[in-house]
Amino acid sequence: MKPFTIHRGKTAGIDRANIDTDQIIPKQFLKRIERTGFGQFLFYDWRYLSDGTPNPEFELNRPENEGATILVADENFGCGSSREHAPWALQDYGFRVIIAPSFADIFYNNCLKNGLLPIRLDKEDVRYLLRQSERADYELTVSLEEQRVFDDEGFSRPFDIDPYRKQLLLKGWDEIDLTFVYEAHIAAYERRHCPRP
Amino acid sequence: MKPKTIIDKIWENHVVYREEGKPDLLYIDLHLVHEVTSPQAFEGLRQKGRKVRRPDLTFATMDHNVPTVNRFVITDEVARNQIAALERNCREFGIPLADLHSEEQGIVHVIGPELGLTQPGKTIVCGDSHTSTHGAFGALAFGIGTSEVEHVLATQTLWQHKPKTLQICINGRLGKGVTAKDVILAIIGRYGVGVGTGYIIEFTGEAIRRMSMEERMTICNMSIEAGARAGLISPDETTFAYLRGRKYAPKGEEFDKAVERWRALASDEGAEYDKTIEIDASTIAPMVTWGTNPAMSTSVDGVVPHPEQFESKTEQNAVRRALEYMGLKPGTPITDIPVQHVFIGSCTNSRLSDLRAAASIVKGKKVAPGVRALVVPGSQQVKKQAEAEGLAQIFIDAGFEWRDSGCSACLGMNPDIIPEGEHCASTSNRNFEGRQGKGARTHLVSPVMAAAAAIYGHFVDVRQLEAEPVC
Repeated sequence: MKPFTIHRGKTAGIDRANIDTDQIIPKQFLKRIERTGFGQFLFYDWRYLSDGTPNPEFELNRPENEGATILVADENFGCGSSREHAPWALQDYGFRVIIAPSFADIFYNNCLKNGLLPIRLDKEDVRYLLRQSERADYELTVSLEEQRVFDDEGFSRPFDIDPYRKQLLLKGWDEIDLTFVYEAHIAAYERRHCPRP
Repeated sequence: MKPKTIIDKIWENHVVYREEGKPDLLYIDLHLVHEVTSPQAFEGLRQKGRKVRRPDLTFATMDHNVPTVNRFVITDEVARNQIAALERNCREFGIPLADLHSEEQGIVHVIGPELGLTQPGKTIVCGDSHTSTHGAFGALAFGIGTSEVEHVLATQTLWQHKPKTLQICINGRLGKGVTAKDVILAIIGRYGVGVGTGYIIEFTGEAIRRMSMEERMTICNMSIEAGARAGLISPDETTFAYLRGRKYAPKGEEFDKAVERWRALASDEGAEYDKTIEIDASTIAPMVTWGTNPAMSTSVDGVVPHPEQFESKTEQNAVRRALEYMGLKPGTPITDIPVQHVFIGSCTNSRLSDLRAAASIVKGKKVAPGVRALVVPGSQQVKKQAEAEGLAQIFIDAGFEWRDSGCSACLGMNPDIIPEGEHCASTSNRNFEGRQGKGARTHLVSPVMAAAAAIYGHFVDVRQLEAEPVC
């Protein structure tokens, strides 16, 4: 996993609640057996018209959102299917951070496993960022070390993250390698409980 | 001793390692695998030269991509590739696989219980959000992403923080024509798609106790639609009776010993939950969704709402957008919505009792002109049994298409797709935009409501219909 320490980038806002993973990456693109190359299909049904041309109405197609690396959206982002293709697509498109008032549990975990940082902020702060995101020149800095989101205009907010996950992200560690350290505990558990089908 | 919930008990039984400031390392008893969310995980193992720690606790099948007619002829090359990858991976890593030739093949959440792999007290994971289904047996079952699939394959464990507990108690009895599907849709409709976020739900109360295992599976299946990490029900005699004699369930004396253990798992009297919601079963009517998430629903005797009825601007905008997508006008009675497609199937409602209930409405009648209706059994075993009982013939005589098992039109990853702009009465679990096909307009309903919509060509209140005995 790519380590995440500090990131500065442009924000793009999609002012909708309950954006589900079927919208983030529609099912027809889940058949690939690689982890890469999903960015071209991100938000496919919203991003493209039936004739395959970009939908000018869709937020990410607006000129002011070109090159955005921080996505801002309303509550319950990433609900629905457990498909990890959703964070793969967001990341492959260029996003490094997602900010919303709340996230669906599985999606939140999936992001952390891929070095994509999901940040929960208060509803009012998200409203503020959604408004700011309408500007082409608005940039935000996210420091994982300090657990803080700030801009150059005085906005600065702390955010919560599980310390264990934070450590993994900062170092970009492979979690499976870490778990192997506890091999003796796993073997002992198996001797005690004899799990079987 | 302090009374405990079943969630506390299962959790404590599975902690492999615990340290302050870290999530618990939990042991996983059963890992179910399917073709869509596993290829990248196996590839990850291969790249690092890792093995599958417990192939014997892992079980695979193929369901998402599988065609439900001519199942051996997969014309989509990418889908075929993915299915071939699962076969290759299972062979290489020694994982049992119910493939397309197997009598045990079916939707992963239908076959786990059917084979007796799903048992009370187990921790069960699968790279699929509807893994919550298995909670019906008093198992702690939840969906995971592909990185976690790889982690479980390699270590048979997961690092997990214990979620909070939410009790949803359904008091009293359900009325005629009201099913488990209506109960879960009513819960999500009243409390929203985020009510369970950060929680594990335990469903309790008389209405739940009176339900069969298959009805309980429908309820737990859609816990994820309420945002919950998992949903479960304490095991009881109904659970034990279902499991007795199943292929992977303990046998003979072992079974009796297991029942003793399982019985002790049930939540203790007086156990505390972080939150409790109580619902009176008699207030629940047959439900129909009118929008693009499972909370956007009303009872069959209701009308499509006005966006102004909703409090926040965000909600009003979401409702406006949903109605535009669904092609519905505020104030339209639900029973006036015409239906062009009917889909009876999916991990929510494709089990034998679902098909029996639907057949009781269909028997001796015909599918309305202009309606295309599909019945897709959840597994090859369900299919076989339904054919033996004569249910298949009832559907075929009425003009339904009778298919092989798979996820089918629930998610449109296979040839079963609902065309743009058409309304589908569907027994599945998600009515998201484009879920059943680009522009498809999904209405989530129970199997009896879907069957009735097929016969009448629009939604009807099943409470006013007479069901015919089918077995």
